[in-house]
Amino acid sequence: MPILALNGISKRFGTHIALDDVSLSIETGEVVAIIGRSGSGKTSLLRCINGLEVPDSGEILFDGHRVERSRAGLRALRREIGIVFQSFNLFPHLTVEGNITLGLTEAKGVPLEEARKRARDVLRQVGLEDKIGAVPLRLSGGQQQRVAIARSLAMQPRLMLFDEITSALDPELVGEVINVLEKLATDGMTMILVTHEMGFARAAADTLVFMHEGRIREKGPPSRLFAAPVTTELANFIDAILPAGPHISHVFG
Amino acid sequence: MNRTFELSEFLFVVAAVRWTLLLSLVAFLGGGIVGLLIAIMRTTHNRALRLVTAGYIQLFQGTPVLMQLFLFYYGFAVLFDMQVDAWPAVALAFTLYSGAFLGEIWRGSIQAIPRTQWEASACLSLGYVQQLRFVILPQAMRISIPPTVGFLVQLIKGTSIASIIGFVELTRAGQLMVNVTFQPMIVYPVVAALYFAVCWPLSLLSRFLERRIDADLGIKRHL
Repeated sequence: MPILALNGISKRFGTHIALDDVSLSIETGEVVAIIGRSGSGKTSLLRCINGLEVPDSGEILFDGHRVERSRAGLRALRREIGIVFQSFNLFPHLTVEGNITLGLTEAKGVPLEEARKRARDVLRQVGLEDKIGAVPLRLSGGQQQRVAIARSLAMQPRLMLFDEITSALDPELVGEVINVLEKLATDGMTMILVTHEMGFARAAADTLVFMHEGRIREKGPPSRLFAAPVTTELANFIDAILPAGPHISHVFG
Repeated sequence: MNRTFELSEFLFVVAAVRWTLLLSLVAFLGGGIVGLLIAIMRTTHNRALRLVTAGYIQLFQGTPVLMQLFLFYYGFAVLFDMQVDAWPAVALAFTLYSGAFLGEIWRGSIQAIPRTQWEASACLSLGYVQQLRFVILPQAMRISIPPTVGFLVQLIKGTSIASIIGFVELTRAGQLMVNVTFQPMIVYPVVAALYFAVCWPLSLLSRFLERRIDADLGIKRHL
C-alpha cells in the first residue's frame, strides 16, 4: 500500500488552472523529484498534499486513510508530513533551538528536556550543532535552510516535502543543502522534492515526475526520462535547462 | 483678597498629576485587554467577528472622545435614572476609546507578520491559539511597541478632556487654581510643563525602542 496516494486532484485559482486531474502515489522510502517550468503546478501540488491549499476536487489518501480537511484532521496529518519551504520561514524571534523544539513541545507534547535532546540530534544530522543558540538572522541562507530541515526532521515525519529549497540560496551555498538531502535519501526517508537541481534529481530520485500546465506529463526513472523524453514538452524543458549541444550526453548520458 | 499662585497652589496642581496618570493607566490597561481582543477578532477568518469589530473601531475612532464621555456620564442618568460618578464614567469611556485605537494598531502589527509565518507554524501542527501565542503575537508585539507608546502619550494628554465633566485631574486642578488666583498665564504654563515632563520621556522611550527593534530586524533608516 502506498504511503501517499493522490487521486484526480484539481485546483484552480480564479480562472487559472493550477492542477488538472493529477494522480500520483508514493511508496514508503521512495524519493520523488518533481520538475517542470515555473507555473506548471509543482508547488501547488505540494501545498495540496499537506493542506496549505484545498483541492477543488479529488482525494488524498495518507497511509490508506482519506485526509480530513477539518482543523483536527490537518493537525494530525501535519504531525506525519513535514515541509521545507523555499524561503526557510524560520521563526526570527526564536533561537535555532526554539525553532526546533516549538512543534515538539506544543504539537506533539514532548517534554522540553527530550525536545532539546532531539534538537541537538537533528542539528548534528545537518552539521549545525554549534549553532543551537544562534538566532536565524545571524546565519547564512544555507545554514538557515539546514535549520529548517532539522526543524522538520525533529517532528519525525513519515513523509517530507521540499519546495524548491535551494532556489533562494546563493550558488555557493546550494551544495551544503543538497548534501543533507542526499544523506536523508540514503537513510531511507520518504520524500517529494520540487527542484531545479537536475543533477541531484538524477542522482537521488527513484522517480522523476515532469509537470506541464497543471498535469503530470511524464513519470518514471530519471535516467529514462532524461535519456528518452516522450513528450516534446519534456524534451524542450531538458533542452532549455541544460547547457547546449554535446554537454547533454556528457552530463546525462 | 486674591490668592496668588504660590507653593501650596503649585503642590495642589502637582498632586493632581497622579489622577491623570491613574486614569491613563486604567484606560491603557483596560484598553489593552479590549484592544487585544479586537485585534485578534479583526484578523480571524470569521466574517461576522471582523465586521462587528470593524464597526466598533469606526464608531470610537469616528466620534470625538468628548461625545463618548458625555454619553457615558449623562447617558446613564438619562437612560437608567442613575447618577454615575465621574470616575467610572471617564474610566469606562477612555477604556473603550483606547481599546479601539490599540486594537487598530495591533491589528496592523499582526497583519504585518508574513503569511509564511502562519504557514510554517501550521505545518508544525500548531493550532490557531498556539500559532498566535508562540509565533505571531511575540513578533507583532515588537513591531507594535513604538506606535503603542506613541498612543499612550496621546492618551495621557487626551485625559485632560475629563476635566470638562468635573473629574479633577491635572487640567481641572489647573482650572481650579486659575479660578482662585486669576493668574492663567502662570498656572497653565505650569500645567503644560507637567504634561511635558510626563510625556517627553515616553516619546524618548518610543524612539529608543524603535531604533532597537530596527536593529533587531536589520532595518537601516536614513535619519
